[in-house]
Amino acid sequence: MAAGSRGPEAAADARSFAARLRNGDEIVHLITLVFAAGVCLIVCLLVFELYRNSSVPRHQFGWDFFVSRTWDPVFDNFGALPFIYGTVVTSALSLLLAIPLGVGGAIFLAEFAQPRLSDLLTFIVELLAAVPSVIFGLLGIFVVVPIMRTTVDPILQKFFGYLPLFSGPIYGVGFLTAGVVLAIMIVPYILSVSREVLLAVPPDQREAALSLGATRWESTWQVVVPYAKTGILGSIFLALARALGETMAVTMVIGNDPKISSSLLAPGYTIAAVIANEFTEATGKLYLQSLIELGLVLFIITVILNGLARLLILATTQRGSIRS
Amino acid sequence: MNKLLKTYMPTLLLVGFVVVALVSVTRPSSTAPAPSPTRALIMAPAPPSPPNVLLNAAGATFPYPIYSKWFDVYHRLHPDVEINYQSIGSGGGIQQLKAGTVDFGASDMPLNDKLLSTFHFKIIHFPTVLGAVMPTYNIPGLTQTLNFTPQALAGIYLGQIVKWNDPAIAKSNAGVSLPGNNIVVVHRSDGSGTTFVWTDYLSKVSPEWKSRVGSNTSVNWPVGLGGKGNEGVAGLVKETPYSIGYVELIYALQTHLPYGTVQNSSGHFIKASLATVTAAASGAAAKMQNDVRVSITNAPGANAYPICSFTYLLIPAHIADATKREIIKGFLHWMLTDGQKYTEPLAYASLPKAVVAIEMKHISEIN
Repeated sequence: MAAGSRGPEAAADARSFAARLRNGDEIVHLITLVFAAGVCLIVCLLVFELYRNSSVPRHQFGWDFFVSRTWDPVFDNFGALPFIYGTVVTSALSLLLAIPLGVGGAIFLAEFAQPRLSDLLTFIVELLAAVPSVIFGLLGIFVVVPIMRTTVDPILQKFFGYLPLFSGPIYGVGFLTAGVVLAIMIVPYILSVSREVLLAVPPDQREAALSLGATRWESTWQVVVPYAKTGILGSIFLALARALGETMAVTMVIGNDPKISSSLLAPGYTIAAVIANEFTEATGKLYLQSLIELGLVLFIITVILNGLARLLILATTQRGSIRS
Repeated sequence: MNKLLKTYMPTLLLVGFVVVALVSVTRPSSTAPAPSPTRALIMAPAPPSPPNVLLNAAGATFPYPIYSKWFDVYHRLHPDVEINYQSIGSGGGIQQLKAGTVDFGASDMPLNDKLLSTFHFKIIHFPTVLGAVMPTYNIPGLTQTLNFTPQALAGIYLGQIVKWNDPAIAKSNAGVSLPGNNIVVVHRSDGSGTTFVWTDYLSKVSPEWKSRVGSNTSVNWPVGLGGKGNEGVAGLVKETPYSIGYVELIYALQTHLPYGTVQNSSGHFIKASLATVTAAASGAAAKMQNDVRVSITNAPGANAYPICSFTYLLIPAHIADATKREIIKGFLHWMLTDGQKYTEPLAYASLPKAVVAIEMKHISEIN
């Protein structure tokens, strides 16, 4: 009986396979699978190569690599902590500055601006994303740095100088300047993607809120934005990834001094910047491989932050669904 | 049938991928940590009419303008020879030479014995042109040229001299009213031959610098901000009042940066120029008889500028391919004779005659 019922089923399967093959579904399935597997494979190979090519410092320094503050190519002593600190601080600063700007701008463009104006402004903002980062670096060194040195930093120090965050000598270059330049670079990502997500919120959501007597702002802030929250967070993580890996613009305005300082006005260094700066002239296996291990560390930081981001999305969406 | 396909196809594909990947990963020798993208770089696009012999070289960026000029002129003199030079940095050039992916390399820093011992073949250094490094500064309102003693430069870069009116600076600048502001120190952040020359000089004049910091293309700086490239350092110095930095001679000449004089080993304050740099190389030529790798910073000679160095071509002592060997020898010979006339228009100091004579002898050692 069992065997008898299996026969027709298999035949039906075979028929449907032939049918699907004729329709192209099976082929598309396979091709897209190859593409998806290919991308995953690239990531795996990248990590494998980074791991394989950093064996010398991994054995020599072990976990000390993560906590040592010395980076000395002459005496072959390498530690990643100042670079990890600089990478995390500049990325956090840039998000702090870019999120209000990007999300606020996106809300205006999607909800309040006239469609024509919205399209025009979005076009202009998206142009910002196409500017090469070395241009941002040059503008940073010749425009942002003098402004920070003569105006912004002294004002911050005058009013908040009692905080360790704004103490110390003023150079113009440093964590804060790098954060500002990075923020300018990542705003278009947040703004452009967030606007698309907000525009994709079904109109009946707004209409329902308005019909219940909500004001325009209440409907936007309490209905539309929560509805689009996952997408907005997605745009922020895209921006964060850009900020973590930025090389050229950061290295030109951060001061390139591998020190851990509590002051945001002090010079620092990031992982991506030191690799770009030193890789071409690095000689000796330990030195070269330490730079490669830094690449691995940057990858780990990206994985951790992305993981936290996923958790955040998971937590907030669950809370939202329980409430509604 | 469908189920079977559906279940096993992804696995099959993945296995296929992994096999292909493993084959491609394990093939390159493990002695070459240089990433494959750089290896791909040496695959030059095919010229319209392929030359008979194509030589590949890679290395230092500082001499790139003169090298590309030389290789271009040489190609026009000998249309059947083409030399393709990739200025990927000295470190990359050394790696590629070691891996055997280029015919010869180029480096701003001579290879030390430890590094040479990692090669499985002998390397001959050929000094090609000279570079010099000079202190540049930004003191608002100052019009005079500052004189720097070696002790002042070492003290500033060690973070021990922190104010411009420090006696160590003031005593060699009589009559100049120096401000009491803090000195903002600027150095290169990218690994570079410029940093090597600068730190090599400081190591020579300051025992403390030598033991604490040392010399390399990148070092662990006691103080200071890092600027990327000559333009990054010059930009930071220009934008930061009361700062001091160091830049390459060519860059300073082309951009008309103000720069100070440096006291040489005979006690004279020398302004860097092509003539004073060549004078330094002449002063060091006697020491180069045995080994051209000797450092020429702080060289003897009344008119010698103290902070300068050669940049080198790294040629394998044994070249199996007879055609390539003769071409390389021919090029080296041309470079040391007729080729020298192209250096000064590009603001490189040319080789003194004594050094050319030493190198001519070394050409015959290539076999």
